[in-house]
Amino acid sequence: MEKAADVLIIGSGIIGCATAYYLAKKGAAVTVLEANDSIGNGGSSRNGGGVRQSGRDPRELPMVMWGIKNLWPYLDEELETNVEYTQKGNLRLGKTAAHLKTLQKLTDGAVACGLDVRMISGDEVRKINPYLSNEVIGASWCPTDGHANPLTTTLGYFKSARRLGVRFITGEPVTLIKKEKGRAHVVVTPDGTFEAEQILVAAGYETRALTEPLGIDIPMRKKKSECLVTEAEPPMFEQMLGTAEADFYGHQTKHGSFVFGGSTGLEMFGIDDGPAQRSTSLSAPCTCRGIMKYFPALSDAKIVRTWAGWTDASADGIPVIGPADGVPGLYIACGFTGHGFGIGPAAAYSIAELMTGGTPPVDMEPFRCTRFKAKI
Amino acid sequence: MIKANDRSNKMAPFVPAEDDDLIICRCEEVTKGEIRKAVHEGMYTLPEVRRYLRCGMGLCQGQTCGKLVKGIIARELGVKPSQLEAATGRAPMRPTELKIMGSEKGGA
Repeated sequence: MEKAADVLIIGSGIIGCATAYYLAKKGAAVTVLEANDSIGNGGSSRNGGGVRQSGRDPRELPMVMWGIKNLWPYLDEELETNVEYTQKGNLRLGKTAAHLKTLQKLTDGAVACGLDVRMISGDEVRKINPYLSNEVIGASWCPTDGHANPLTTTLGYFKSARRLGVRFITGEPVTLIKKEKGRAHVVVTPDGTFEAEQILVAAGYETRALTEPLGIDIPMRKKKSECLVTEAEPPMFEQMLGTAEADFYGHQTKHGSFVFGGSTGLEMFGIDDGPAQRSTSLSAPCTCRGIMKYFPALSDAKIVRTWAGWTDASADGIPVIGPADGVPGLYIACGFTGHGFGIGPAAAYSIAELMTGGTPPVDMEPFRCTRFKAKI
Repeated sequence: MIKANDRSNKMAPFVPAEDDDLIICRCEEVTKGEIRKAVHEGMYTLPEVRRYLRCGMGLCQGQTCGKLVKGIIARELGVKPSQLEAATGRAPMRPTELKIMGSEKGGA
C-alpha cells in the first residue's frame, strides 16, 4: 500500500476541497478521492450561491457568522480566484400576516445570537429593491448577508489546494472504510487501497453508506433541489433574496444573469435518479411563477438553463461536523441540508483545526454525530 | 472515457501561444489561452472548465463552441477528444421567457 497520506478526504465538494486546502496550509499531506469524474459535481456546483446568516438555525449561526466575518471577504485574494462575493444584504420577503409571523420568529432567534437583522415594512423593502411588487408587505433585512459564485469558489479551493500539493483523484469511488487496530485507517476503492492516519468523509448523502458499517448512521434523506438561470440582464439589484414561503430564492450574478431556485413541495418524494440529477418538469415552471409574483418586471427575461442537485437533509436540519465518536481517526462532515455553501469555508476551517489538534473558532458541540436520539 | 484521474500528474509547463487571444466561446468571450491555462490549473473535464470560465454557459449553451473547447482540453491533456465526455445539455434548449415557462395554460 504505497498510497499513504496523513489525511484522506472522501468527497471533493466545497467541504472536501476547502478542508484539504486548510490542512495543506498547515503542512499535512492530503489526498482527496472523488467518485465522480468532475471535482465538486454535487451540491457545491448546483446551489443558488447564498452566503447568508438570516433564516438559519441558531445552532449554526455562530459558525456562519464567523466565516462571513473572517473568511469570505478575503477569499478572492486567498484563492486567487474571482469568487464574486457580494455582501449587499439579504431580504427575506413576506406577502401575508402568516409570512411576517414566520419571519419575526426567525429574526428574534437570530437577534438573540447577536446578528444584525430586523423586520422592515413593504415600503422600506422597495426602497432597497424598487423592482419588488406591491404584494410584498414586509421582510427581514440582514445587511451583512450576501452571495457568491459556488462554482468558482469550489474550484478555487481545489486549485489552491492542488497548488499546495494536495493530491486529487477523480473517478475513484470509495466502497469501504476499514479499521486497523481500532482506528479508521484504510480506504478501499475498485483500483486499490489507500492508507491514512485520519479520514474525513464529506460525501453528502453518500457519507451515510460509508460510516454506517462502522456503527455511525447519520439520519438524513436525499432531497432534490432545482435552479434556473436567465440570460444576462442589465444590473437591477445586488441583494440576496428569499421568501418566507420558500417559493423562490436567488440573486443577480456579476455577469448579469439571475440565478433562482425554488421548491415545489414535492422534493422529498422525487424519483431517485442517482448521479444523473435530472431536472423535473414541475420545478422550473413553479419557480417561474414564484419569481413573477414578486418581480413582474422579470416576466420577459429568458431562461437559458435549468439544473438539479441532491441535498443531504439531516433529521434536525443542521449538519454533522466533527469526529466520528467511537471510531478514532474518522471525521464526518455531511447533512448540510441545502445550506452548506455559505457555511462551507467556516465548516472546513473548523474541521481542519479539529484534525490538527487546534481549536476551532466556534463551539462544535451542536454538530456532534451522537446528537440524534430515539424519542423515548 | 477517462475514469480514474490523478490531478497531480505531471503536465508539460504552460507555454503561451500566439493564438491564445482567439475567442472560442463567443457568448461569454472566453479565449483559447484562458481554457489552456485552466487545464494547467487542474480543470481536466468539460464541466469543470465550463464552471470555472463560463464557456458554454451563454445564450447558445455551448452549441457553438462545445467541440472546440473539448479539442483544446484534449490537446492540453494529451488525450483524444473522444476520451472526454461532453458537458451535460440542459433544458430549455432555446432561451425561453419566464412567462412562457411558467404558464400552465399551453401556449403563451
